[in-house]
Amino acid sequence: MYIDPHVHMVSRSTDDYVHMARAGCVAITEPAFWAGYDRSSPQGFFDYFRQLTESEPRRAAQYGIRHHTWLCINPKESEDPVFAREVIALIPEFLKKENVLGIGEIGLNKNSRNEMEILEAHLQLASDHNLLVLVHTPHLEDKLKGTLLILDAIRRFPKLDPGRVLIDHVEEHTAKHVLDQGFWCGMTLYPDTKCTPQRAVDIIETYGSERIWMNSAGDWGHSDPIAVPKAQMEMRRRGHLESLVRQVTFGNPQRFLSQSGRFSAEPLRPTAPDITR
Amino acid sequence: MSEATPKLNHHSMTRTQVVDAYFMEHRARLLDVAAFLDRIDRAGPGVDDFRMNAYRNAIALLLDGKPERTRRILEHFSDPSTTPIPAAHVKGATGAHDPIGKAH
Repeated sequence: MYIDPHVHMVSRSTDDYVHMARAGCVAITEPAFWAGYDRSSPQGFFDYFRQLTESEPRRAAQYGIRHHTWLCINPKESEDPVFAREVIALIPEFLKKENVLGIGEIGLNKNSRNEMEILEAHLQLASDHNLLVLVHTPHLEDKLKGTLLILDAIRRFPKLDPGRVLIDHVEEHTAKHVLDQGFWCGMTLYPDTKCTPQRAVDIIETYGSERIWMNSAGDWGHSDPIAVPKAQMEMRRRGHLESLVRQVTFGNPQRFLSQSGRFSAEPLRPTAPDITR
Repeated sequence: MSEATPKLNHHSMTRTQVVDAYFMEHRARLLDVAAFLDRIDRAGPGVDDFRMNAYRNAIALLLDGKPERTRRILEHFSDPSTTPIPAAHVKGATGAHDPIGKAH
């Protein structure tokens, strides 16, 4: 049994839901993401937020998987601050939806001034509404700098408790920065560009198993929606206790996400397809 | 500010067990690195760009005998600047810091 706390299921097939359910996935959380192209209007985000809060939970439920989500405009679309603020203005009405856990995945992409302005606007929204925050850290050569800028930015919002903020996509050069400041951290298991399951387990062995989780971040690119059970296999291969495997792939995400008051990983009987839709 | 949690206080595998479990897999990956460099050579003469300069320098870090190679190699590939750039002109990343900034 496991939770995948970061996966973009709107980009995945029903076969992926089947494989995830068979591998033991009982709950997922889906942060708002970049579609692979820039949306042409804020109305495009309105439709996307409806997909995340209405149709995707129904699709997941057909496979016995509980679906939760996070809302934002992704940093890859934050370079136009006027546009981005129009999207952020749409978010409050969706915060009433029962599967919305908080704001995410916000953060930085290329570490630009406009991206920082929109990150701070999101942090203000989360602070005002006392919401959990899921943070994307930049890719590859931009990750270390971006992570440090993000940690500094969050500290400028004293109402945001680090214990309610998860910094995602950490690797060996950023995990300690995140954990030392009291934040949670997520490791993304990607074939090429982030952590392999082996390196993720190395990081747990190096930095401990508190305030840390693993996710697939499966999306429309080269990614693996059943990466988390592969990391479970890697932990077992090394002789780690089953209690530790369960802690980092179920107990830890459940503990962090339950702070929202809306998260559930209780068993869900698969529902029939809704043929009226 | 809290401290990071301590290392797990047991070693799940012995040194020999680690080699037994992972040698073949990483022998193959080492050959992939060698084959990649051979492929570049076969492609003809030329000058390494900033990515390959960083790559070859990273290989040297593997052999310096110091610990935490993964962290140090990731830092080696990273942008060392500390302030936001004026504007993002691309969305993607190249995998290595471009010291003359053409990749941004």
